[in-house]
Amino acid sequence: MSEVPDTGAEAPQSAAARLFDLRVLIGGLFLLYGVMLTVAGFFTSSKELAKASHININLWMGIGMLVIGGFFAAWWRLRPLRRPEPQPDQPQPDIGAGQ
Amino acid sequence: MLRLHVNPFDYTILGIYFALVIAIGVIARRAVATSEDFLLSGRSLPAWVTGLAFISANLGAIEILGMAANGAQYGLPTVHFYWIGAVPAMVFLGVVMMPFYYGSRVRSVPEFLLRRFNPATHLFNALTFALAAVLIAGVNLYALALVINALIGWPIWLSIAVSALFVLAYITLGGLSGAIYNEVLQFFVIIAGLVPLVIIGLHSVGGWSGLQAKIGHTKLGANAFSTWSGVGVGHWANPLGDWIGIVFGLGFVLSFGYWTTNFAEVQRALSAKDLSAAQRTPLIGAYPKIFIPALTIIPGLIALAIIPKLGTPKGASYNDAIPLLMGRFLPNGALGVALAGLLAAFMAGMAANVSSFNTVFTYDIWQTYIRKGRRDRYYLNVGRVVTVVGILIGVGTAFIASGYSNIMNYIQLLFSFFNAPLFATFILAMFWKRTTPWSGIAGLAAGTIGAAVMHFVGYDIAYFYPHQVLDSTHATINAQMLNFYGAIAAFVADLVVTVLVSMVTKPKPVSELGGLVWGVHDPDAPDPASVPKPPWWASPKLLGGLALGIVLVLSIIFA
Repeated sequence: MSEVPDTGAEAPQSAAARLFDLRVLIGGLFLLYGVMLTVAGFFTSSKELAKASHININLWMGIGMLVIGGFFAAWWRLRPLRRPEPQPDQPQPDIGAGQ
Repeated sequence: MLRLHVNPFDYTILGIYFALVIAIGVIARRAVATSEDFLLSGRSLPAWVTGLAFISANLGAIEILGMAANGAQYGLPTVHFYWIGAVPAMVFLGVVMMPFYYGSRVRSVPEFLLRRFNPATHLFNALTFALAAVLIAGVNLYALALVINALIGWPIWLSIAVSALFVLAYITLGGLSGAIYNEVLQFFVIIAGLVPLVIIGLHSVGGWSGLQAKIGHTKLGANAFSTWSGVGVGHWANPLGDWIGIVFGLGFVLSFGYWTTNFAEVQRALSAKDLSAAQRTPLIGAYPKIFIPALTIIPGLIALAIIPKLGTPKGASYNDAIPLLMGRFLPNGALGVALAGLLAAFMAGMAANVSSFNTVFTYDIWQTYIRKGRRDRYYLNVGRVVTVVGILIGVGTAFIASGYSNIMNYIQLLFSFFNAPLFATFILAMFWKRTTPWSGIAGLAAGTIGAAVMHFVGYDIAYFYPHQVLDSTHATINAQMLNFYGAIAAFVADLVVTVLVSMVTKPKPVSELGGLVWGVHDPDAPDPASVPKPPWWASPKLLGGLALGIVLVLSIIFA
C-alpha cells in the first residue's frame, strides 16, 4: 500500500537481519557487574555495612546480577537466533530472540 | 547534602556502562541499510525487546524522580498514575488499536491521520508532535545536567555537552535500534539500581508496618496508605481530587491519549517484527508498569519517613528523594550501578524523543510535503541529518532553560493542551466511518482550546481548592485535579466539534478507509487464515485480561 516509494530500480534491501542479539549484551553486562559487586561484597567494611542497615548489599546485588546475567546467557545458548533462509524475493528476518 | 561520594570503583562501573552504550550504537550501525531500518528498526524486533523498550521509553529519569516525589507528597494515591492511569490504555492499544496502526502499515501516528483525515489534520499533529519532542528532549537534557551537577559536581554546560554527544553517537549510528536496545539495557540497570534502595530502606524503617507507623507521624498521615479514600464528588479530600477526575480525566482521557497516540510509544510497537509482536508490545510493557510503583513510590515514602524537613522550604525538595536515599544507603559499587541507571534513564528520555522526532520529521514533513519521491537512500540521509539537528535544538533548549527555568513549565503546559484531545479524535476515527476529513483538524483545534480555557478558568473555581475554598493567591490549587478536568474539557470539546463538523461535511468514500476503520476490510491485507496464529499463551486477549485482573486485585488490596 503506501510503502516507501522506491523510485530507483535497485530498491535497497533491509539489513535488519544483521542486527545482533541483545541477550548477549545484557547477559555479559550483568555477569561482569555481578562478579565485580560480589567480589566487592567480600571486602565490605563495617562502616559501609552499618550505612546499608546491616545488609551486605554489594554481595546480594552481585549474586542477583549473576543470576540475571546467567539467565540471559542461558536463554541465548538454549534458543539461539534462527537465521532466516536467504530468500531472494521476500526475506523474513527473525532476529532478536525467542518470541 | 546531595553530593554523592563516588569513588574509582563507581566510575569503573559507569565507564563500562557508557562504553556499552556507544558499542550498541556502533554495532547496530551494521543493520541499517534503508530508511525504515534507521527509523523503524526495519520492523524486525521480537516482542520482548519492543515491549521492554515501550515501558522504558516512558521510564525516563524525570518520570522516576517525579513519581518518587509524588509518592512522598501524596502517598499511595500516586499508584493511580500507573494502574488506572496506564495499564487499561496499554491493554486497549495492544488488543484493539494495534491492528489499525500495524495492519495499515503506516510508519507513524501522524501518517495514520493523513490517511484517515486530510493533510491539514496531519500537518497540525505532525508539527506539534515534532516541536514538542525536541523541546522535551531539551527538558530532559537540562534535568540531567542539574542532577549530575548536584550529585557529582560537574558544571551544567559540561553535562549537557557530554550527554548530548552520547545520545548523538548511539542514535545517529544505530537509529531506532540503537535507541531501543539501549532502552532495554537501561530498563534492567535502573531496576537493579532501585531494588536495593527499597530493600535497605524498608529494612531500616522496620518493614512495611514500620513504614506505616513512621508515615503516620508525618503531615501525610495514615491517609498516605489509602488510594481511593476521599474521592467523593463535591467534597473531595484525596490529593488527586474526586473520582470523576481520576477515572475519566486521568484514567480515560489523559492515559489513553498518551499511551495510544504518543508516537514515541507507538513507534516501539511499529518496530516489532509482525502484527502479533506489535500487539504484545504494550501488553508485555504493562506487567512491569504494574509493579514499578513499588520502586518509585516506596522510596518516596521512605525518604519522607527518614529525611527530616523533606518537602518543606527549609529542607530538600521532594524530587531529591531517590538521590538522597542513594547517598544515604548505598556503598560504593551498588552506588555506581544506581547512578549508571539514573543517568541512562535521563538519556533514554532524551533519545526516545529524538528518535520519534526524526521519524515524524523525515516521513511526515520532509517526504510528504517538501521533497517527495526521492530514493530511499536520500531519506535515510535526511533521517541522519534530522537526528543531529534535533539533538542540537535539544541542546539549545537546555541552555535556554538553564537561564530561564520557568520556560520549561510553560513548554510542558502548552504541549499538554495539544495532547489532551487526541484520543477523542482517534477513537472517532477508528470506530465511526462517518467521521469526515475536515472534522479531524476542527476537533483537535477545539479540544486544544478547550484544554487551555479550562486551565485558565479553573484557577477561579473554588471546587479545585482544598476544602473547596477559593484561595485568591492560587497557591494551594490542586494542580493535578485541574489537569484532569482540563483533559475532560478537551475531550468533550473535541468530541462535540468532530461530530458536528462530520454532520455537515463530506465523508471519505469507504474504499479509502480499508484497514483504518473498524469493520472496513483492507483489500490489500493478507487473508486472516494465512497469518500464523501465536500460541495460546501469547494471545493478546489473554495477556491483556491477565494484566487488568492483576490491577483489579491490587486496587482492591490497596483501596
